[in-house]
Formats: sequence, structure tokens, C-alpha cells
Amino acid sequence: MGVALTRAAQWTAAGSGTGRLEITPLNESLLNEIIKFTESFSSKHPQEAAFVFKEPLQWQTKLELSVFESGYEVSEKMVQSQERDKDGQPLLLVKGSTISVRTFGQLSRLLRVAAEKKLKEAQACLEANRDPIVNILGPGYGTIEGEDLSMLRLLDKVKKDEASDNEMKMKISLLLQQLDMQLLNSSLKQISQEVRLTPAAVKNEIELLKRFSGAKEDAVLESLEYTSDYEFANGCRAPPWRQVHGEICYLTIKPWDTDRMYVTCSTAGVFLNGGREKERDEINYERQSDIYKDLVSFLRERSALFVENMDKQKYTFFDEPKHEKYYRHMEAVEAEEYGQTQKLYDYGEKNVTEKPKSAIPKTKSMESKKLEPSLKWKTTPGSREEKAAKKEREEKESKPASPDGKRKSTVTPSGSAKGKSPLKPEDEVESSSESEEDEEQPDRHQEINTDLPSEYWQIQKLVKYIKAGNQTVTAIALCSMRDFNLSQETCQLAIRDVGGLEVLINLLDTEEIKCKIGSLKILKEISQNSQIRRTIADLGGLQIMVKILDSVDQDLKCLAAETIANVAKLRRARRIVREHGGIKKLVGLLDCSAIGSASPTQGKEIEVARCGALALWSCSKSAKNKEAIRKAGGIPLLAQLLKSPHSNMLIPVVGTLQECASEPKYRAAIKQERMIENLVKNLNSDKEELQMHCASAIFKCAEDQETRDLVRQHGGLKSLAALLAKSDNKELLAAVTGAIWKCAISKENVTKFREYKAIETLVGLLTDQPEEVLVNVVGALGECCQEQANRSIIRRCGGIPSLVALLTGTNQALLVNVNKAVGSCATEPENMVIIDRLDGVRLLWSLLKNPHPDVQASAAWAICPCIENAKDAGEMVRSFVGGLELIVNLLKSDNKEVLASVCAAITNIAKDEENLAVITDHGVVPLLSKLANTNNDKLRRHLADAISGCCMWGSNRVAFGNTKAVAPLVRYLKSSDPDVHRATAQALYQLSEDVNNCITMHENGVVKLLLGMVGSTDETLQEAAAGCIANIRRLALATEKTKYV
Amino acid sequence: MNRKKLQELAESLCKTAKHFNKFEVECLIKLFHTLEVEPSDRYAGIGLDRNSFRNVLHVTFGMTDDMMMDRVFRAFDKDNDSCISVTEWVEGLSIFLRGTLEEKIKYCFEVYDMNSDGYISRDEMFLMLKNGLVQQPSDEDPNEGIKDLIEITLKKMDYDHDGKLSYADFENAVKDENLLLEAFGPCLPDMKCRLAFEAQAFRNTAECSASKRY
Repeated sequence: MGVALTRAAQWTAAGSGTGRLEITPLNESLLNEIIKFTESFSSKHPQEAAFVFKEPLQWQTKLELSVFESGYEVSEKMVQSQERDKDGQPLLLVKGSTISVRTFGQLSRLLRVAAEKKLKEAQACLEANRDPIVNILGPGYGTIEGEDLSMLRLLDKVKKDEASDNEMKMKISLLLQQLDMQLLNSSLKQISQEVRLTPAAVKNEIELLKRFSGAKEDAVLESLEYTSDYEFANGCRAPPWRQVHGEICYLTIKPWDTDRMYVTCSTAGVFLNGGREKERDEINYERQSDIYKDLVSFLRERSALFVENMDKQKYTFFDEPKHEKYYRHMEAVEAEEYGQTQKLYDYGEKNVTEKPKSAIPKTKSMESKKLEPSLKWKTTPGSREEKAAKKEREEKESKPASPDGKRKSTVTPSGSAKGKSPLKPEDEVESSSESEEDEEQPDRHQEINTDLPSEYWQIQKLVKYIKAGNQTVTAIALCSMRDFNLSQETCQLAIRDVGGLEVLINLLDTEEIKCKIGSLKILKEISQNSQIRRTIADLGGLQIMVKILDSVDQDLKCLAAETIANVAKLRRARRIVREHGGIKKLVGLLDCSAIGSASPTQGKEIEVARCGALALWSCSKSAKNKEAIRKAGGIPLLAQLLKSPHSNMLIPVVGTLQECASEPKYRAAIKQERMIENLVKNLNSDKEELQMHCASAIFKCAEDQETRDLVRQHGGLKSLAALLAKSDNKELLAAVTGAIWKCAISKENVTKFREYKAIETLVGLLTDQPEEVLVNVVGALGECCQEQANRSIIRRCGGIPSLVALLTGTNQALLVNVNKAVGSCATEPENMVIIDRLDGVRLLWSLLKNPHPDVQASAAWAICPCIENAKDAGEMVRSFVGGLELIVNLLKSDNKEVLASVCAAITNIAKDEENLAVITDHGVVPLLSKLANTNNDKLRRHLADAISGCCMWGSNRVAFGNTKAVAPLVRYLKSSDPDVHRATAQALYQLSEDVNNCITMHENGVVKLLLGMVGSTDETLQEAAAGCIANIRRLALATEKTKYV
Repeated sequence: MNRKKLQELAESLCKTAKHFNKFEVECLIKLFHTLEVEPSDRYAGIGLDRNSFRNVLHVTFGMTDDMMMDRVFRAFDKDNDSCISVTEWVEGLSIFLRGTLEEKIKYCFEVYDMNSDGYISRDEMFLMLKNGLVQQPSDEDPNEGIKDLIEITLKKMDYDHDGKLSYADFENAVKDENLLLEAFGPCLPDMKCRLAFEAQAFRNTAECSASKRY
């Protein structure tokens, strides 16, 4: 029993001391065994039951004294058994709540008395007496871990012990040994059923859950975070002294419907821990709940909304994160039927990426019980996904059988294998707005053979007729094929799988206009599908379509351009179009001289131009194509088409323009061709898509001062402000807020925006928006904040808490903007009070740790006004543990902007003497001196400021001299920037208080330079320059004096 | 034919053949006369007989299918006298070369309606399409494909589900899908031939007339 209790039973405090025996299934069964043993003991072994224990078993009972009836002497505070030992001591004694028992007979009686509370009593007993055998038989019989010689020891004992009861002891001991074995056996069974978690499995599960957590509407959790960022090499995040207890990591989980939970993941399972009260506190590792076999089953118990949302996710769970999820499935399948499925698998044909594969060997090596978390989404066994996996397996097995036979051998059914290789590296440079959804999508295999749709056979027949028929028959078959629902994937893939694409593309190469038109009409429809696009590109369809653009037939040109527009969503296709001169031809299509007139032929021309623009829109997603369009003279033509009144024409035209506006040349051209006016006009269109593209084009173009003025002059600001109301179309909102952001760089525009109450609206958009919108909203507010009036508006609308809250985000672009906005707000003391209260400065400071230099720099810039305007700024800065060291160490950065911003922050920090002392200790002086040899005027200015600030402490002036900062500073005076002059003169003035520095300056010819500055209109500069000269002069006089004395 | 007569004829034909101007009509008349052969049979009408017309169709418009050429001849030959008069020539070409969609639908329907009963029947379709498919040696019934195609066509074009195509059916189907205009065989010139013919006819005769004047 000893071994079983120490080894198998699950004690909560795994350390030493009195632990508690938790109610877990394992413990419960152990206790039940023990109870059964004890209860039957007196009847089975009456003699042994009378044996008096060496020491009584003592514990705190919860039994009422009143339950003891016959056989007991019950007094007010005490219960004594009537049965007594040789010395007349009662064998059972209850005093207060302490109970002591001295025979098995009394124990079994007690258990009977306790009735349904016996489990509790047994538990309490064992908790109080970790090794009951010692009490029963004496310390010599104690369980010694790791030794299995108990029987031998027992014999020895029995021999040595001449006492009368040694036979009895022997018997009891043997009985207990027996029980021990029994307990161990049963617990072994239990343990073997347990799921032992591994760090990898836990990590997978957490990653998976994270993906479905967040601000999304149907996310399963609000948040899920590790408590520690550091991951040990073995995959655990728990500190080593906890890892020995099998703990893997700790999580804080915030479900939608309950409070934040602190959870431990250990090898034994998942359970609630004691959490921690404050951020810095140690976690209370004590287990507070049952153990669950994994996180999902834990959460299922704890959060009803989790279960609900989980059910909602069931399709997306399996569809969206295709790569990984699919492969998990497959692996599971594979593990089951390894031999069968493996050979049917063609790894090369599918988009097997390295990532999921590398994760798999780990899981494979585990025993089969350690299921992948993804297979556990549904608790009921044999449910949906098991079936899904099975189905997939079936498909895999049956796939190659039938359709291949019918497929013509020349057709490559999946373009992926072929398609990946010929990408030239230089073509990878694509513009930001590019959506590469196509390339990402793996080849999905449709359900051929399981239940082949009737369309499949009909389409196969038609393709046969197209192949074997003359032009008349072909035309009929093509027309008939168009009667199928070609937007449906089954039909699209059926055409591909029966070799139809090749035939259709071959038709394009014939002289038959009717067949070409028929074929293109089909290709246009089915090329909505990304797999079809790939195959068309693989089969050389683009080259032929580009040729068709030269055709005289207008319909044919339209169709070819429209099909190219679809296929060119594929990056490779865009390159092919360009390389075969397609861009030039497409630009040629734009040239329709008759906009606005209504005759039928001109109507056709307009349609051709529209299709051309559509194709260019797709193509313009590649940077090289943008250039090609410009070179082909596309810009004036687009400008011409932009005057069209038809929104179906305008959408592709503006779409192309906004795509191209990422190029500076286009932005200049858009301004010169007076397109801004039309873009602004179309902001008032009734088509949201058009509005979005216009706003997005303005967004990109408004980096330019003149453009911003043009937008204002044409009344665009009002439209933009009005569009903010359409907050449910997020794409539009992102574009509009982007345009507002950029326009707000001009002061006049900000005034206008304030007039239109845009700032209030923007503040309202700070919450519950996707990141793309937030980045722009915050950017816009950051620009607006440059004006004092707007800063107060933001405060009055309650924008500051939202902004500060955004400081905790992770999006780099967003953080840069938030930093800027918060920094601008902080220039207002009233705002600063709020920021300080929300601990915003601490958040800003912690962003200095962000790996992106842009974020670091913007955070450092934002910190400057905070320090300037906060009350007790010095105290505040000191309160950030390690903060000063952190910022000083940023002086080692190699990013100029970071350096300049950190210098500015240091200038402000140095105003507090105590902090200045601290940063001096952290070695700010040599670090600043090291930066002195720079040509960057912005850095020079802030560096000079920082140096003059740091001079105020101790022997820093001397130290700057020793670290050779003085000579480079003198050279700053030759810069053309007056700000640099002022800062430098001040720094030199401070440094000139040291004699050696004066000498160095003088040697570097500072006097002449400073003399010029004395004549400056800038008083500060004048004063500093004069002061510096005075110091040098004084030194000279002093030396002369000493000479002559 | 003297000049005055030519002018008069052109004048009157201009009214019926709307797609040509007077000059073009004149050119076509002249072309007609260059093509015209002496009637071998005195009782035959004056004008182009079947053979010479088929020759024109073949050489100038690249038609190859015998039956289609016959059917085109019949469509031109409004009065069924096995001879195309100058009027039939000009009026026919007006539609053949420059007809509107409606005119072409009407023309094509006439071509395809072999027995002129107002319907294109299954049998007629079979006759017109029978050479349309390359016979595969594996096919058991060589005509099965054609029959299937006819069913496909009917499914697409037979709006009133009476198993044959009426003019209304045909018109609706073609207006719905222009590609079905020549559903049962090529009976109109393709754009290339048309442009070549027009260029040839109107330039050459223009030169002729110009040289004649002097």
C-alpha cells in the first residue's frame, strides 16, 4: 500500500510536507480499494483485526460525535470505544475533531459508522498518515522507495522480533503487501488509459486555438496567451523546477463568457491553477480543478460559448487552414492504413510544404494514444471528421482509377507541379496590394468517382464532339456547353479533367471566328477558378489570347481581354502576358476615340476599352507591368477613360490607376493629367467599389503636397468625411480613412476636416475595427493632432483611452501610427494627465523593446513629449524597472531614425538629475560620443542636444572630451541646418566649461565658426556661441597670465 | 447594256437592296454581267445558273460543302427558276454580305429549311450534320453521335418542344446566342472573304467604269 500510495496516488503538492489527495478518478479508485480492504478486514481476518497498532492512526475527522452509537462511550466532547487494549486505553478515541484509531477492527467499524462519508475519512486518514504501515507495524516496516526488498526485510524483522505478536505482524504485513500489489495493478490500468500530453501536442493545440481566438465575431475565445515567452529547448515553457513535476506551460485564457482563467498544461493533462494576482507575481501552481485530457475538453467544460462557437466553426476549421489541417488528417489516415495509402499518394503533385511535414515526425513517433489535437474537435467518436477523413481516404484510393483512363494523356490535370518551377526570382517583386490567393490554394480534388455528377459525362461527350466535329458541330457543342452552370466548380473541373481545356485553347488557334468566340465565352467563365487559370497558363493559352487581341472582330477582342483579366490574377500569367507583348496590345484596346457618343459601333469600342482596362487591372498587380503600361502610353488613355460616365467602365480604370499609384511616376502622372478632379468626382458615385478605388487612389497619391491641395480644391475632403459614415464596408472604410490620413498631412485640409466633424467620427472608429482600418484611422488622428484644437477634440470625444489601449497591439504599422498619435496628444498637459493615468508611458516604453526599428523610433519620439508634460516625470521614468538601461542600449542601434529619437528622449530624461546619474552609470556618454561622426542632420541636432543635456552631471564634460566627441561637434557648425547650429552651439558651450575641451575646440577652429553665429538672429544660438567663445577666451587669458607671472 | 439602262436598274435595285448605295449596286451589276454566261438552254432564265453560282461561292467565298452551296443557291433563287437574275443577285448579296441579324436569321432559316415547309425537321438536321463528325472506328453506330447532337440542338433551340424547329424557335435561339446563326452549316461568308470580295468588286468595277468613261 505504501508503494501504491507514494507512487501512484496523485498528490497535489508534489513537494514534501502534507499534501492533499485530490479527487481524481485514479485516487478515488485507490481509496475505494483501500476502504473495501479495511471494511472486510475484521470479518476475513478476525485475529489480525484485533492487533493493536504500534502508533494510532490520527487525523482530523469531519464526523459528528452523534454518529457514534452502540459500542462507544459518547460524552460531550469525546468518544471512546468500549473496546480497550491491554492497558485499558480505548482503541478509538475522538477528541474534538481529532480521531485516533488503533486497530483494523475499529477502523472497519468506523468506516461503517461513517457510511457515505467514508471516502472523505479514508482520504483524511491517508493524507495525515502518508505511510500508514509505519504507524501500524512500526518504523522498521516503512516503505523505502526504489527498494524491493520489503519481503526480506520483513522476514528479518520477524526473526529478530521475539515478541509474541510477531506472527501477527507478519500476517498483517503480508496482507498489506498483497493490498499494495492489488492497488498498484489497478492503478496501472488507470494510468495506462491516461493521455500523457507532450509539449509538441500542447503547442499544436494552443496554436490551433489561437488561430480561432481574437476579436472576430465567432472566435471561440477572446484571448489565449502563454504566461511566458521563453520556450525551453524541450518545448516546455514552465520553469525547470516545475518541469520536474511534469508541467509544460501556463496559459491565461479569456473566454467570452467567463472570467480570465489561469491554466496549467502538464503531461498529466490540463487543469486550472491558482493564477496570479498581479502581473509580476509568481503563479500559484496549486491545482484547483479536475484534470482534463486536453485543452479543448477543458474549455468545453468551462465555457458554454466556446462550445457554441466551436460548433459554428466546424466547416471553416477544416477548410481554411488547408495545408496544415489537411495534412494532419492525412497523417492520421496514413498512420492507420500506412501500407495501403502510401503508394497512392503522390507527394510531389500536391502542395506539400515543408512546414507541416516537419511537425509530423514528432507526432508520429509518439504512441498512438497521443492524438493530434485537431482530431479532437468533436468529442463524439466516429463523428463528422472521422467520416471526412475516411471519405478523403476513399477518394485518394479511388481517384487514379477511373478518370485517368479517360483523360487524354497530353493534358496535365493539375498545373501545380508544372506551374511552380519556372518562376524567375526577379519577378517575385510584386506590389503591396497584390493578392496571391491563387498560388496559395492547394489543388483540391473534387469528388470524382464517389458520386460522379451527370454533368461530368455530358461534358465529356461534348468535348468529344468538339474534338471530332467540324466547325458547325463544334459551334453547337460549344453553345450547349455554355448551358451548363459554368460558375460551378464541378463543371469547371470536369471540363479540365476530360481534357476540355486543351481543346478549347486549340480552338483559339484556328481561323474559325465562331469557334473562337464560343471557346472564349467558356474560358472566360471557367477561368474564375484558380486551378483552371493555372492550367490555361500551363497550356499556353495566354500567348494565343494575346495574339487574338490583334483581331479585327470586336467581340473576340473583348472576350480575350476579359479572359486574360481572369487568368492574370495568377502572377505567372501576368509575366507571360508582358513577355508576349500583351500589355501594349491591351493598352491599345483602351484607345476609343468616342466616349459619350451612342452609335452602336462606338458602343462596341467602349466595351472593348472596358475589357482592356479590366485586363490591365489584373496585370497591374505586378510592378513590371505597371512600368510596361506606362511605357505603352497607357496613362493618357486611362485619363481619357476616367472621364467616362459609366461606372462599369470606371471601376476597372480606377482600379488600375490605384494599383499603379504605388509607383511615384504614376502619382506624378495622375496629378499632371488632372485625374484627381475625376477621382474626387467619383467619390460621390453610387457604386461602393468605385468609391473605394477612388479613395484608395487618393490615399496613394496624397503623399504629394500639390495633390492634397487639389483634393481640397475639388471638394474631395467633404466627400471623404461623408464616406466615413459607411462603416460597415470595411474595405471602403480602410481606403477612405487612408485617404483622410494622407490628406490630413496638409494643415488646410485638417482645418476642413475639423469643419466637417471628421475628427469626432474618426475617434468613434478607434474601436471594433479591423487593423487595416485602424492603421489609417490612427494615422489620420496622428496628423490631426498636430493642431492644438484637435488634440482637445480627441480628448473630449474620449479618444485617448482607445489610443492608449491600441499601444498593446502587435501590428507594426499600427503601432507606429499609434505611437505618433499618442505622442502628439501628449503635448497637451491635460491629455498627458489621462495618458499617465492609463499608464500609457509605460506601454510606450515597453514598445522600445519591439524588434522593428520604426516602432522603436516612433515610441522614443512619443516618449519625449510625455516626459516634458508629465507631472513628476523624473519619478515616473525611474519607476520603469530597467527602462533607462533599455533606452541607453538603444543607442547601439544602427537605424538613424531610432538613434535620433533616442537622443531626443535622452535629452528629456537628462533634465532630471537623478535619472541623468543613472543613465551616466549605464554608459550613455561613450555611446553618444560614438555617434558623433555622423552626417545626418537630424541625428546631429538631437545628438548635440543630448550631449549638452548630459553635460550637467559629474565629470561627463571631461568624459565627452576623452571619448573624442568634441572635434566632430565643431564640424556640425558647418552644416546648413540652423537647428543643428543652435543645438551644437549649446553643446559646445556646455563642453567648453572643461579646459581640455576648449583646447580641442580651438584647435578645430571653432572660434571663427562661432563668431559667425554670434551675429545670428536666433538669440539662443547667439547666447550659446558667445558663451562658448567667452569660455575659450577666459582660458587663453588665464594661460597668458600664468606665463607672465 | 447601255449606260442609261444600267443607271435605271441600279436606281430601282437600290430601293430593295438597302445595304448598298447606288454606286455599289452598279458595281455589282457590272460584276454580274462579267460572270453571266450564255444560257445553254434557251428556256432557262437569264442570269447565273447553278454551276456558275456555285463556282462563285466556292472560289470567292471559300465554301466547300456541296449541299450548302445548293441550299444557298436556292435561297438566292427566289423565283425557283434555277437561275439567278440580276435582281436576285443584288438583293441576295445585300443580305449575304451586309444583312442585319434579323435578315440573316431569315436567310439562314430558308437555307436550312430544305423542303420549305416552315420547319427544320430532325431529318433535315441529320442531312445537314451527317458529315460533321469524324467517325471513330470504335463507335458502334456511326450515326449515334449525329443523332445525339440533334437532340442536343433541339434541347437548346426547340422552344415549343414540338420536335422540330419553327422559324420562331430559330429566331429566339439565335437572338439568345448569336453563334447558333449558322447552326447547321456555313452559309454566310466569313469576315475575311467578305472584306476581300467587297474590296475587289467595288474597286475593280470602279476602275472599269472610270476607264470606260474616257
